Amino acid sequence: MDLRFTSEQERFRAEVRSWLEANVPSPSRGTGPLPSLDTAAGFEAHREWERTMFDARWSVVSWPEEYGGRGAGLFEWLIFEEEYYRAGAPTRVGQNGIFLLAPTLFEFGSPEQKARYLPAMASGEEIWCQGWSEPDAGSDLAAIRSRAERSTAGGTGGTGGTGGGTGGTGGTGGTGGTGGTWVLNGQKTWCSRGAFADWIFGLFRSDPEAERHRGLTYFLVKMDSPGVTVRPIAQLDGETGFAEVFFEDVEVPAAQVLGAVGEGWKVAMATAGSERGLSLRSPARYTEAAARLVELYRRRAATEPAGAARRADAVARAVIDAEAYRLHTYWTATRVARGGGVGPEASMNKLFWSETDLAIHTTALELLGDEAEMLGDDGRPPPWLDGFLFALAGPIYAGTNEIQRNVVAERVLGLPRS
Amino acid sequence: MHFAFDEQQLEFRAQLRAFAEKECTPAAIRGAWTSPVGWSRPRWVALAEMGVVGLTVPEEHGGMGLGLVDLVLLLEEAGRSGLPEPLVETAALGVPVLLDAPGKQGEALRARWLAPVADGGAAIAVGMSSMPAVPGAEGADLLLLERDGDLHAVPAAAVTITPRPVLVGSRRVAQVGWEPSPATLVVSGFEAAGVLAGIEDRAAMGVGAVLVGVADRLITMAAHYAQERKQFGKAIGSFQAVKHHLADALVRVEFARPVVYRAAWSLSEGDPEARLHASMAKAMASEAATVAARTALQVHGAIGYTWEHDLHLWMKRAWALAASWGDAAAHRARVLELLLAHPPA
Repeated sequence: MDLRFTSEQERFRAEVRSWLEANVPSPSRGTGPLPSLDTAAGFEAHREWERTMFDARWSVVSWPEEYGGRGAGLFEWLIFEEEYYRAGAPTRVGQNGIFLLAPTLFEFGSPEQKARYLPAMASGEEIWCQGWSEPDAGSDLAAIRSRAERSTAGGTGGTGGTGGGTGGTGGTGGTGGTGGTWVLNGQKTWCSRGAFADWIFGLFRSDPEAERHRGLTYFLVKMDSPGVTVRPIAQLDGETGFAEVFFEDVEVPAAQVLGAVGEGWKVAMATAGSERGLSLRSPARYTEAAARLVELYRRRAATEPAGAARRADAVARAVIDAEAYRLHTYWTATRVARGGGVGPEASMNKLFWSETDLAIHTTALELLGDEAEMLGDDGRPPPWLDGFLFALAGPIYAGTNEIQRNVVAERVLGLPRS
Repeated sequence: MHFAFDEQQLEFRAQLRAFAEKECTPAAIRGAWTSPVGWSRPRWVALAEMGVVGLTVPEEHGGMGLGLVDLVLLLEEAGRSGLPEPLVETAALGVPVLLDAPGKQGEALRARWLAPVADGGAAIAVGMSSMPAVPGAEGADLLLLERDGDLHAVPAAAVTITPRPVLVGSRRVAQVGWEPSPATLVVSGFEAAGVLAGIEDRAAMGVGAVLVGVADRLITMAAHYAQERKQFGKAIGSFQAVKHHLADALVRVEFARPVVYRAAWSLSEGDPEARLHASMAKAMASEAATVAARTALQVHGAIGYTWEHDLHLWMKRAWALAASWGDAAAHRARVLELLLAHPPA
């Protein structure tokens, strides 16, 4: 056991820090903060920031160099994340692609698919959203009804040339296995970034006769395909952070199937693992917020000592939990770096980070008292309120915490299924 | 950054687990409850022969010459198996004090006590004047006792022991009558403050490790019970109300564990933030064990409320140790105090 970073890792940290200090959009340079991600202008501004990072090869440090990364190890990635949050850098508009789809592409994608999708994802040229939930399929994801049928019209080139260089050829690795075209119909909802995204990855029922966890297929679909309609949905903060997406006879080339036809559930569960924290959801958001919470407490203790004192225990608890999450991540990262895997423990991660995030922000608002409800002059929630609203979604998305508790009880503790 | 135990450390834990499965059964723990001092001298000698008792004693005194990172896994295992012997007090608290004791008195203490500890012939108890009674005083051969900010080493022959009735029969406490003298003084004044703080920090880490093991055992017992106990025609573990209780308790334990391990590493490395890390460990571990005890009892229902069922052997240990050397809230208060003492970044 050695909990020090190596001198090479410390050099990496210094390099990250100095690049971020020089480049993160900031008021002092007149480049920031960026407008809200959930507006058209803000979305494009965040896309540009992704491009700036990509050009300096900081957007996907842990990816292989051929896709725009640095081939960095897990700990370097964690260091990058710590510095990213420390610098107060913008929210990653590309995160659904980079953190959810990309690990799945690395595991199930054909070489052609990886070459086609990963670099454009890394540069922000193509921003992805997730198309899983449906109006009647939330926690019960396997109840999805949106369907995929092979086109009877045949055709091998897909539509509109969206398959890029591999359109219609397919046939390698774990892809659709045959050429041709699929036709998608149905509705997806709660698609984060869906209002402005360029692509969507989603699950569709390709075999209505099969058992409900089988017969699903994982598709990659361009959002401007004919037949795709997007209806933005305003979130708690009033902005269009997510959307409903309707599919009406949308033609998709078979080269845009990820993994094998009928294996969509298995592929999706790999993505779900990444979302819940299997791929080491960065602890930096929580440790950085916890450090700010201590500073908020310090200020309030000077001006409102009685109010602050009542919150002292909650402040300490939040800080300790954030630190516990960081240490647990290092513990897991050490195991993964030595070839170990992460199974249903990912559900414990998800429970812990989501509850921790909410506790940190709830405590901050309690410290702020009557100030907590005030919006900024721009009409936007200030950082603590904004973070609170975001944290409230944590126990719901990526599989509700009730679903995670079931997974922990059944697959870690061995309790019988309901 | 390498946050894992090595093969040797894991193997040592496996040996202790195998030993405890044979020598520390629930029946053996019940035996300890009704024994003279609450733990077993023959089992102490057997633990010493394995190298567990003298783990932190240098090799030239017959010990293993290992450190707190090696010890922490064994303490966790001791909690899991319900070992009543005073491992934390002897290996984590007492021996390091003897190793660092200054001057001629230090030399004499090491010459007198380290070899007997390593071969199982001696056990150590540690008491602060702020404590209502000293844990493990009855069975101890050497007592390290604080008074007026000074630390003294007093052999059992020089103290009078008044046992106090206590909830956990395998973790006795007693009031200790003794007279400080120049002959008993180990360290005083400013120097003593550092030594006493070190004892507190190692106690927070060491008791925290035991608590993580206790909590783990409580959840395991409850999960087994939930698999077997049937109501409404099915195992109660198939009901979400039961599942969610147990999942939440397990999460508290899962995230307490690395915090405790990190505290052991920081203490063994002399990290400047070791005190902060030790308090974080005890805060997490005390809470995890308290939640696990409450959950395990609720899952067991009335059978868990009986003297006859083994659950209380671990549940009461959880309660006692959660409060020992500072409860969760006390350590959270210290964490905040230490963080506020840092200048803002």
